[in-house]
Amino acid sequence: MESIVLLKQVPATESLVRIAADGISLNKDDVKWIINPYDEFAVEEALRIKEAHGGSVTIVSLGPEKAVEAIRTALAMGADKGVLINDSAAERYDSLNIARILAAAIKEVPFDLIIAGQRAVDNDNFQVGAATAEFLSIPHISMVIKQEIIDSKIRCHKTVEGGTVEIEAPIPVLFTTQRGLNEPRYASLPGIMKAKKKPIDIKTIADLGLDADQIGKPLTRIIALKPPPERKAGIMIEGESAQTKAAELVRILHEEEKVI
Amino acid sequence: MSQGVLTISEQLEGNFRKVTYEALSEGRRITDHLDCDLVAMVLGSEIEDVAKELGHYGADRIIVADNPQLYNYTTDAYTNVIADFITKETPNVVILGASTQGKDLSARLAARLNAPLAMDSLAVRFDEDNLIATRPMHGGKVMADVVLEGKPKMLAIRPNAMPIIKVEGTGSVEKMDVDIGTTSLKFIEKHLDTSKVELTEADIVISGGRGMGCPDFSLIEELAQLVEGAVGASRSAVDEGWRSSSDQVGQTGKVVSPNLYVACGISGAIQHLAGMSSSKIIVAINQDADAPIFSRADYGIEGDLFEILPLIIEEVRKLNK
Repeated sequence: MESIVLLKQVPATESLVRIAADGISLNKDDVKWIINPYDEFAVEEALRIKEAHGGSVTIVSLGPEKAVEAIRTALAMGADKGVLINDSAAERYDSLNIARILAAAIKEVPFDLIIAGQRAVDNDNFQVGAATAEFLSIPHISMVIKQEIIDSKIRCHKTVEGGTVEIEAPIPVLFTTQRGLNEPRYASLPGIMKAKKKPIDIKTIADLGLDADQIGKPLTRIIALKPPPERKAGIMIEGESAQTKAAELVRILHEEEKVI
Repeated sequence: MSQGVLTISEQLEGNFRKVTYEALSEGRRITDHLDCDLVAMVLGSEIEDVAKELGHYGADRIIVADNPQLYNYTTDAYTNVIADFITKETPNVVILGASTQGKDLSARLAARLNAPLAMDSLAVRFDEDNLIATRPMHGGKVMADVVLEGKPKMLAIRPNAMPIIKVEGTGSVEKMDVDIGTTSLKFIEKHLDTSKVELTEADIVISGGRGMGCPDFSLIEELAQLVEGAVGASRSAVDEGWRSSSDQVGQTGKVVSPNLYVACGISGAIQHLAGMSSSKIIVAINQDADAPIFSRADYGIEGDLFEILPLIIEEVRKLNK
């Protein structure tokens, strides 16, 4: 089973977000970078599939030069090789443009499965996985918490509001991960040593044989970033006893805020 | 309706998801601004009768795609049918709810149609001819104003973020010819617990964190049930194995915006705050007066939640009598 994992390097979720002076980008100094948590599930699942069915795992990422670190971490977990598309032109691209670039990169690698995070926790677009599948003319299943490969088919349990749904798809297919799919392993020391020798191909968009027309113009454009609305200063409910505090809270929620 | 607004409705066994009404109400507001028709599309099997209801939320035309193969949602069948309709009717704006189905469908549709999509939109406005959507990024740590260029402009709106407005009126119901097209995904079965209130749609969410100290969330569950709310959990509580990952609220879990969010024993790590900061009223109960959650809470109680929660439950019971 040949698997490709789409991986993005993102700021750690503990990071504070600061809007840059231009008002449309974020200040990325002093940010700690990690593998997108949902992509980490994807790497782990690809490794488990390789352990069960054989084959190899290729990491494909689009990002700046330092995204090599994220790929290297995935290689240390056990993936076999990496491809980084590093091109300054990609900075202004939206999800559809990026999916077209990823699809072009994937066309050069034989694959049975593509596994991607349901979303990257920086832009929260939920789009790149599904769009990449569309551009490769293969089906996709999103938010998967369990999969089973039987012959040339995969059966996935995906989460929906209030439960799960089972969907079956022929391979090749792309699926996206949901929390609960697995517990990603840590890279072992031997894994880290081995990863240093594993190949990472660094390519530009031109190397993929794509021109600007094929990628298309970005159709979504950020014109302003703003901090979330400030919340008014809170009120600490005081009282002589827990009983009076509880009663006062319920009174406020019922009579003043009218939410219960 | 080449300049119209199309909403994609979401129903399960004849019941519309709440965000369907929110999408229609937002669609009505946009059509009133653009002076055009609002068209609601419904997909399913034997749903013509329930489709009429959408007229009460502002739909001028209700298009019913009725086919046994549309009874259960599958990405490819739904994408094929909707993309065909959009290609034929060329609406200017397409609105869906950003439910799990809506996120999945809108992402595939946008790629098929080469259309701009603003996922999880909280607000929409026009600036001259530009349509601008406001949407959260980084789990709500920052809000982005995004211009959509191209057609149709697609908006997947976050559940619970926009008001529902009922109107006088009935829309005309039209059955469309359905061509499912080529599909490869097969629906096998669903396992749904319909007795539980869905976290992302709940008006009230009661969440527990590390301060719960153990997997026993019975007080949280009791209060949630009493106010017809949903139970949430912090990442710590999920990592401890106390709650299932589907309950997790935060940047790497679900993002919720209920009318009331009650955080019990949750310190308020930045990744948790990202998932609940857009709640209308936030209440925090925590033993640690310095817990960061208090800086985001509208109301706070410092104290032992195992003492305070039973008292709150008792007070709410009195209200319900």
